[in-house]
Amino acid sequence: MTALAWLIPCALLLGLAGLVAFLWSLNSGQFDDLEGAGWRALQDDEPPRK
Amino acid sequence: MAQALSTGHDGVRPHALNGALGERASVGSDPIAHAATTTLAVENMHCGGCMRKVEAALAAVPGVAGARANLSAKRVTAMHGPAAVNAADLVDALARAGFTAAELAEDTADKARADDRDFLKRIGVAGFAAANIMLLSVSVWSGAAGDMTPTVQSLFHWLSALIALPAVAYAGQPFFRSAALALSSRRLNMDVPISLGVTLATAMSLYQTARGSDQVYFDAAVTLLFFLLVGRFLDQRMRLRAAGAAANLLGLHGSAATVIQPDGTTLRLGARALLPGMRILTAAGERFAVDGRVVEGLGEVDESLITGETAPRRVAPGALIHAGTVNLAGSLVTEATATDDNTLLAEIARLMTAAEQGRGRYVRLADRAARFYAPAVHVLGLATFLGWLATGHGWESALTAAIAVLIITCPCALALAVPAVQVAASSRLFGKGTLIKAPDGLERLAEIDTVVFDKTGTLTLGQPSLAESCNVSDGVLAAAARLAAASRHPYARAVVRAAEARGLAVAPAGDVREVAGFGLERSGPDSAERLGSAAWCGAAAGAQSAVYYRGADATVTAFAFEDRLRPDAAEVVAALQRAGLATELLSGDRPEVVSAAAAAASIERWQARALPTDKIARLEALKAQGAKVLMVGDGLNDAAALAAAHASLSPSTAADISQTAADAVFQGEKLAPVLETMAVARTAHRMALQNFAIALAYNLVFVPLAVVGLVTPLLAAIAMSASSIAVTANAVRLRSMRLEGMR
Repeated sequence: MTALAWLIPCALLLGLAGLVAFLWSLNSGQFDDLEGAGWRALQDDEPPRK
Repeated sequence: MAQALSTGHDGVRPHALNGALGERASVGSDPIAHAATTTLAVENMHCGGCMRKVEAALAAVPGVAGARANLSAKRVTAMHGPAAVNAADLVDALARAGFTAAELAEDTADKARADDRDFLKRIGVAGFAAANIMLLSVSVWSGAAGDMTPTVQSLFHWLSALIALPAVAYAGQPFFRSAALALSSRRLNMDVPISLGVTLATAMSLYQTARGSDQVYFDAAVTLLFFLLVGRFLDQRMRLRAAGAAANLLGLHGSAATVIQPDGTTLRLGARALLPGMRILTAAGERFAVDGRVVEGLGEVDESLITGETAPRRVAPGALIHAGTVNLAGSLVTEATATDDNTLLAEIARLMTAAEQGRGRYVRLADRAARFYAPAVHVLGLATFLGWLATGHGWESALTAAIAVLIITCPCALALAVPAVQVAASSRLFGKGTLIKAPDGLERLAEIDTVVFDKTGTLTLGQPSLAESCNVSDGVLAAAARLAAASRHPYARAVVRAAEARGLAVAPAGDVREVAGFGLERSGPDSAERLGSAAWCGAAAGAQSAVYYRGADATVTAFAFEDRLRPDAAEVVAALQRAGLATELLSGDRPEVVSAAAAAASIERWQARALPTDKIARLEALKAQGAKVLMVGDGLNDAAALAAAHASLSPSTAADISQTAADAVFQGEKLAPVLETMAVARTAHRMALQNFAIALAYNLVFVPLAVVGLVTPLLAAIAMSASSIAVTANAVRLRSMRLEGMR
């Protein structure tokens, strides 16, 4: 029983963390351009500006 | 037209507050959030490299702080100081980098994207709740067989309730709202049984939890919502993509014009800002933005988009010019006239309105299914409840059985059946350059049994090429091409293309002079070389569509041109005929040209010199015979016919009004997308029916069990998830399926 007392909150918190992460990524526009994001990963970084 | 078609869930609107919160969160961390942004549609941005070039080109424009391209939407947003940057400069910068771009008016896409995000958030919440409740439920199911004490079971049920209640209240809103809307207008839609099932199941489960019984359906209620939201989201995605593509097309084809101001300076204005009386300068190769009367200059105008006639018309001051036609030679100054004066455009607009009304409302497959299904579900649920009461059971067990029936029949799989297939089909077509613009376009395309083609620009390429019949020697062709390379006239370009096709090197001669209305000239040491009209080269005028070349030695060679069929036109027509479809050709062009094209494409029925009214009359006649007609056309003169036909397709070179009217737009030189689109549409239709069958099969097995009260919460959850997954998996097959011709 004591195991349940902390396992269940743990499970719920983990799930909640996933949900929060999803909502965060949604709001920060990570799903706006699924095609382009894949290409961006392959591009070289821009040379630093002076 | 298509936008006006409504389905059962029109009431779904984003929560205004969520939209506002989303907006703020997305720009909140951006240092230049308060500066202005300009969004452009970029037509030919296809890969990561293009994306980068587009961003770099825009960032190099003075005043632009940065640019962010969106490859999926084919758009780029430039961030700049307020009012510091002119959209035309951005378009020019992109044009120099080799991209066709156009400014987008603030359209409905932002609102649609807010809708999109709203659904994703609800899906996220429902998914989280479903997973966690399922975790608890699985423990109860497995524990019930073992040694779980009633206390722990009750605790788990209360925890489930704690998660389920807020989740249902939030994630279920789109359905509740749509159901309320339907009920308030005394209709039934699919959302009524969904809302009823979910609400009753949640309320009943709460009551049973308080009583400590094990008839608890929280998991089923939330999983149900999750799958339904996914279905609704896919449907919404489809509309969003269609709307975005349509907005891009409109932006790209809404032309701009160079206006000559009274003080002699010029100004670039969008077509919508033009007023009657303005003097507009149109360079060779440009499209006329508005109707007008020529005041200065001689030239030739390509009117094939309007009349279907391939031979250009010569114009002199005083001639009337229609918007959408192309200036072929020389700069023309026109004075804009009011569009309303123009009988042709007004006529076409009137015909289109009439045609759209005549087509009536098409009822989508899912709505047709819902029309029968929704009442059946209610009757079944009520009958189960009354049946249990009549057989002497208490109201509790009667209600539990009725809820089980509602949950099992809840159209999870049905709600996914069509959207999943449509999204798979449209993304497959999108990948091949065909945009489905109308949300119900695929469904209508699947029912086609007759295909009517337009000739110019549809069956043919709509651009002249050197006729194979005229035997020009390589030397003459190369010499003519050197002159022609200096001009944008379509005939000159055709000469250059022909020379390149023969592998001749075309080095543009530097000192070529273009004389508007006559041709090109290059003065040599002793005599001039000329390329142009018969009079210009001193030849006897021959057939139409001809250009003459007079070499330095004064020998004159005639070049004849033809509007060649698209390379695969004959094949595509043959494939359509093999598949049992009737084919016809309706053109505004001259009979001899149309009959030649019909013969080359082996189309037996053809009609030449067809006015827009004639095209509609022919379509009406076909409709009266019970035919479902697909109109494939590109011209302004086809716009009304495109709107009148059961379904319609346009090449991306079509007049903008026609692209707006068409259900789908295809890109490229080939006609094969017509075949591919129809094959995909038919397969999609078949797969949607398969999906309905899968969903119904599940219902046939589980509904009788639910009616007699044998469905436990476990069984309800499994049946629902399994049928939804089966339906989605079936739909996904379409993306990679090999389609062997038309079936």
